[in-house]
Amino acid sequence: MDSHTGNETMIVQRIANGTVIDHIPSGKALAVLKLLGDPHIKGFRVALVMNVSSKKMGKKDIVKVEGVELSDEQVQRLALVAPQATLNFVRSYQVVAKRNVSPPSVVVGLLKCVNPTCITGKQREPVYSTFLLSSQAPLTYVCRYCGRELGEYEISSQVQ
Amino acid sequence: MAHGAEESGWKNRDVIDILGFTKNELLDLFEETDKFVEQGSDFGEPLRHKIVATAFFEPSTRTRLSFSSAALRLGAKVIDLSAEVSSLMKGESFADTIRMLEAYSDLIVVRHPSEGAALFASEISSKPVVNGGDGSQHHPTQAMLDLYTVNKLKGGVDGLTYALVGDIKYARTATSFLYALTKFNPRRVYAVCPEALRPRAEVLKRLEGLGLRVELGLELEDIIGELDVVYATRIQKERFPDQSEYEKVKGSYRLARTVMEKAKRECIILHPLPRVEELPYELDSTPHAAYFKQAAWGVPLRMALLKLILGG
Repeated sequence: MDSHTGNETMIVQRIANGTVIDHIPSGKALAVLKLLGDPHIKGFRVALVMNVSSKKMGKKDIVKVEGVELSDEQVQRLALVAPQATLNFVRSYQVVAKRNVSPPSVVVGLLKCVNPTCITGKQREPVYSTFLLSSQAPLTYVCRYCGRELGEYEISSQVQ
Repeated sequence: MAHGAEESGWKNRDVIDILGFTKNELLDLFEETDKFVEQGSDFGEPLRHKIVATAFFEPSTRTRLSFSSAALRLGAKVIDLSAEVSSLMKGESFADTIRMLEAYSDLIVVRHPSEGAALFASEISSKPVVNGGDGSQHHPTQAMLDLYTVNKLKGGVDGLTYALVGDIKYARTATSFLYALTKFNPRRVYAVCPEALRPRAEVLKRLEGLGLRVELGLELEDIIGELDVVYATRIQKERFPDQSEYEKVKGSYRLARTVMEKAKRECIILHPLPRVEELPYELDSTPHAAYFKQAAWGVPLRMALLKLILGG
């Protein structure tokens, strides 16, 4: 993959099999990496490219992971950190499929309401936090139970 | 029903927030309420085989007693969960308590300090749940009563100028009243309050999305002459995370007689009660005082609501 950084070209080795996560908002690559788990433990190879030029986004980050395909839950989390991200699935050095992520309209049990008196924060109550998508840009969710909003920063810090 | 709402839409319905109701449904509720107001007594016990449970996890006088009175006047039985002496003291969860009440009654009226508690209860219970107040969020039956009072005394809700005065941040009655106004077409709506007690950002955003603009930053004296309805609220001491913040604002926005003297004679004062310092006794004898009528109509309004949900 060639990634353009101003007038220079950065060469990043291609992967044989795995996933390229493109169109990550600039500065969020490390957050995306955290969603995948610790590469030291899981043993997969990773390439991070940050702050490269993008026609669509101005600046963007890219994460390439060898030998890893994201689970549905990871894709859902990814959509909350990088709502415009594109997934490129690579087999034998070829992109065999592409998928755009999009923030789910409802997120159950993944985010925590920041309102200390919301019913979803009560200990010992069998209630799952439920957030409804309120805005895609900026990414905003609203607690179904108390109406409190979660903004991009809170969402991003919670899903990592 | 006269305003086009379907009666079947009320049957076994949960009442969680005022936004869940249409204008026509509210007008139909008011019409049913009028019948009870005019009837006065001997209502024929249409709910004599029903049991209404009241479960108040926060103190209440008017809401709990008016629901009890409404149920009893319609011939229903009332069972009351007293949080202080129940299994809650032994650590029973809210969810388990609701399951028990679901088995023991036909309708549950619940009040809880946590926002979303009534919605959660409605997800657990197959029997209808009526929200008697959840934290600082919703108090739908109070909003119905407030609108009913305006409708009755002013001949309609549309085209009037409203000012909510006092605590618009933590008072669920104020928030619910603002949400209720989105169903109608008020001329202007003011929130007169210290900066610390302005409506919460998410509430303002939601109101804006529903087409209701709330004007902030004005003093009551500046607008009193144009008001048709003053909605006064108690500063909600119990909901301040920091009591020193309460001390800073307590006693502010008292409805002084000298200010009310500048109001139109037909301007009415509503207050969900109880009052503390914000509503002086000297206003009780003025033509503006509508809050005791408002409180009294809480019974026929809740009779109408119970009959629509449980009757038929």
